[in-house]
Amino acid sequence: MAMPIEEIAESMYKLVAEAQGKKKLKAMDLTKSMIELYGDEVDKKACKQAVRMLIDSERCVYTYFGGSYVELPHKEGAAPPTD
Amino acid sequence: MAEKTSETPLLDELEKGPWPSFVKEIKMAAETNPMGSDLLNLLERSYREKICHWKHGGIVGVLGYGGGVIGRYNDLPEEYPHIAHFHTMRINQPAGWYYSTKALRTVCDIWERHGSGITNMHGSTGDIILLGCHTDALEPTFQELAKNGFDIGGSGSDVRTPSCCLGQSRCEWSCYDTMAACYDFTMTYQDEIHRPAFPYKWKFKFSGCPNDCVAAIARADISFIGTWRDDIRMDKDAVLEYADRGLDIQKDVVELCPAKCIAWDGKELCIDNRACVHCMHCINVMPKALRPGTDTGACILIGSKAPIIEGAFLSSVIIPFFKMEPPYQELKDLVEEMWDLWCEEGKNRERIGEFIQRVGMGNFLEAVGVEPVAEMVAHPRENPYIFYEEYFEEEDEEEEEADE
Ligand code: SF4
Ligand code: SF4
Repeated sequence: MAMPIEEIAESMYKLVAEAQGKKKLKAMDLTKSMIELYGDEVDKKACKQAVRMLIDSERCVYTYFGGSYVELPHKEGAAPPTD
Repeated sequence: MAEKTSETPLLDELEKGPWPSFVKEIKMAAETNPMGSDLLNLLERSYREKICHWKHGGIVGVLGYGGGVIGRYNDLPEEYPHIAHFHTMRINQPAGWYYSTKALRTVCDIWERHGSGITNMHGSTGDIILLGCHTDALEPTFQELAKNGFDIGGSGSDVRTPSCCLGQSRCEWSCYDTMAACYDFTMTYQDEIHRPAFPYKWKFKFSGCPNDCVAAIARADISFIGTWRDDIRMDKDAVLEYADRGLDIQKDVVELCPAKCIAWDGKELCIDNRACVHCMHCINVMPKALRPGTDTGACILIGSKAPIIEGAFLSSVIIPFFKMEPPYQELKDLVEEMWDLWCEEGKNRERIGEFIQRVGMGNFLEAVGVEPVAEMVAHPRENPYIFYEEYFEEEDEEEEEADE
């Protein structure tokens, strides 16, 4: 049975939160992990929607460090301190 | 009274000469916006110290999008406060780069209200580049641009803003409607432009003929280059006119044909169209006498890139001829097939051309379900990626049977 998008998003969020500060994850890393964890219950399209849900709800943000990653929102390290 | 000395003597050198000068333009912008003077002073300092004072990347963007804004901060914000944030916004250009004067004024007015007023028309991918935005001004700039029909383009690991030559709108050589195709692919892949999900960037470029005015063959991950598969059209009287007016057809056309497939006896020009490699040379030299054929479409090529991580790559042919008619579904299916494979197996920051080089073209073609054909081979007998295993096997089996 297909897993609801909200649940996929929640599971992805946990991965992003655990990895924060240790490893940067790309959207496709999240998709691969979901397929590994839930097999036929998820597909690439549902994973794409789940990433979208995380970004649109502002629980996660896209970042760029040579490549594009999905991370928790945080204060931009390169930004001047007096913002 | 002593003459006022310039604060930017090194940059001033770049104002000399008859050509346009970015220093001149930034000085003009500085008259109404303090970002301009901070920018000039910081650049002068960088030239003097030979140190770059920009920090790159990070989290900046507009809500929901992961591409189109490139973060820039300077590392001396107390000294150059007006450009402490100086982000770049990439705005999706219209197909063929056509604007009404009203549209251009609209973009410029929005940009003067929210940013530095400095633009770069256009970036190497093709976008309108708005240089110098504070983080807080990104969203209002985007909202106002969107209200006026503009959208942000791509950056990072996503589909970069597709671009095309002006094609059939002005160029008689265009073998398909480049602007229609570019617009169609742009709209189909909005999600992939705004939400980075690839190992690295992906560029679509559409050229109407092999002159390739958008340099697709050298810059795009997938190129759509117009071509024809019937004969070059010829107006024999116009050929004679060129000769009468002094064109050395033997030297300037025949001897420069890379396929050596043209003959000229002083009266008649003959082209062996089966041997022609569609380079456009003869057509470029005699545009009134020669034209591409009428059975037109595009050659699809894969895998070029400029030298950033690995060296520069030129594209390889993947589909020798495709009738470019909307909705281009077969092409989109192939593109998505390639994306699936590349996302699955590609390494971080690996362009598809580099991926193909790593796994081998033969394996790549097999994985995306494309049959190898002779047109993919640039130099016969020099190309190691085509294997005819099944024929060997059949022959081997036949031999074995004969031996028994
Ligand atoms: S690529 Fe060909 S069709 Fe397009 S503008 Fe250049 S010459 Fe014309
Ligand atoms: S298009 Fe190029 S290859 Fe073909 S006939 Fe003309 S010069 Fe030769």
